[in-house]
Amino acid sequence: MELTSPTEFAKRKVQSVQEYTLLAAQSVANLFRKPLYFADMVQQADLIGVGSLPIVVLTGFFTGGVLALQTSNTLQRFGSITLIGQLVSTSMVRELGPVLTGLMVAGRNSSGIASELGSMVVTEQIDAMRALGTDPMKKLVTPRVTATVFMLFFLSIISDLVGLAGGLMVAKLFLSLDARQYWANAWQVLVFQDVFMGLVKPLLFGFIIATIGCYYGMTARGGTQGVGRATTQAVVWASVVILVTDFFVTKLLISVLSYR
Amino acid sequence: MSAPTLPSDSVSSMPARPFASAVVFDDVHISFEENEVLRGVSFQLPFGETKALFGVAGAGKSTILKLALGLLQPDSGRITVLGNEVTRMRELDLFPMRAHLGMVFQESALFDSLTVRENVAFRLIEEKGVYDDETDRRVREALRFVELEHTLDLFPSELSGGMRRRVAIARAIITHPELLLYDSPTAGLDPVTSNTIIELIVKQRDVAKTSSLLVTHRLQDAFTMATHQFDPRTNQLRALPRGQYCDVPMSFLILRDGKVIFDGDVRELARTKDEYIKEYIS
Repeated sequence: MELTSPTEFAKRKVQSVQEYTLLAAQSVANLFRKPLYFADMVQQADLIGVGSLPIVVLTGFFTGGVLALQTSNTLQRFGSITLIGQLVSTSMVRELGPVLTGLMVAGRNSSGIASELGSMVVTEQIDAMRALGTDPMKKLVTPRVTATVFMLFFLSIISDLVGLAGGLMVAKLFLSLDARQYWANAWQVLVFQDVFMGLVKPLLFGFIIATIGCYYGMTARGGTQGVGRATTQAVVWASVVILVTDFFVTKLLISVLSYR
Repeated sequence: MSAPTLPSDSVSSMPARPFASAVVFDDVHISFEENEVLRGVSFQLPFGETKALFGVAGAGKSTILKLALGLLQPDSGRITVLGNEVTRMRELDLFPMRAHLGMVFQESALFDSLTVRENVAFRLIEEKGVYDDETDRRVREALRFVELEHTLDLFPSELSGGMRRRVAIARAIITHPELLLYDSPTAGLDPVTSNTIIELIVKQRDVAKTSSLLVTHRLQDAFTMATHQFDPRTNQLRALPRGQYCDVPMSFLILRDGKVIFDGDVRELARTKDEYIKEYIS
């Protein structure tokens, strides 16, 4: 294995961050330059959004269910089992809905985007596109980023709802709680700050998923092995950055919104 | 050997140009990592001429094509293409200029998720935003030129290597570019398919008068191009008598160790005293 000097290693990392930042900024700037490739955005929204729906629904439903199961024991000990709707609701809307949806979509689409664009790079299709006078950043990157941000927003809302339904199933079937009471608790506990936090996060996560997938795809080198490496790195980094961003965004929003 | 008919409007009238050469390389240097691939390469490609680039693998032939397209930027030196100094242009400004160029990549580089029809029409769809009747007419015309009209709805993976190369030529010529860049268009193909492709390139040179840079490892292809002309009456290549080779707008450029060691026509190549070149062409 080739040894790299620490300076060279640091330079490469700084350069990667610089390239990623440029790609991310350009993907947004392209929204204000013609052509806009609206048809490509719709196609990507279908592939990314509708295609991810089954895994998001399943993940959300069973996460809500298992959350109710895991906390029921503790709540019962304090005689607060009726608060289970509140607990599932705030956990799903503020945290688990956006984060788990982000992670699932990252696993499915960061890798998909990276492998698709990476294959195009190593087979010179990206160069061919540039040679034909089309900007691959506009044609390929911006539609994927726009579609992922847009669709992750709605996928997170769906995940929240089915998560509540999962909690309801556990509350009704295993804890013998009243369904109407569960829903009333779940809705009433939510305040503006909860919903705001739950809706801001997917916008950021969608941007992270798509830009990281596009970055690793567009910088793939070294044939099929390079594409495989790009795919893995895209999923790993998208997941890590989502979790790190989640922590800081949560902290920031708690401070800014004077949260309880 | 007969060739398919040429797209009717491809013999466009050449516009008056305020510049003498289609491509000018002036003392161009480029390195990848520690490896200096081009060391002060200079040459000119006059309008209407085809220049065949030779050199051993890794000599920088494909790099020259990518530099001409602006896909790579040199470390130093100046490159002018169709009067535009590509070395001083931003990527965004290069896209409109590339509309006047056509490139045939070594492995065709067709978009594998698009059909042949969509691949060939790509540039027109990008310009107009839709696939209309006019686009369809031009796509069929370009595919007829390469004798592949029947492959309209196939995907690139369903075509043979030679067919993919011909579709790539159709995609490159559909907008009647002023300059064509061919990157080893016959590499890895059987002799019959190679001849068909060379015939298409000669036809494009002699009938449409398109300037072109051709990277190839096959000397016989370049010699065929230098000693034949396309005859539009018979729709075939015609071998020229030895004394008329100078009538063919064809030249040769040989690279060695990142430098140009020969730039001239077929007669100059035959008369060369350079031992390396003699060995190379023998």
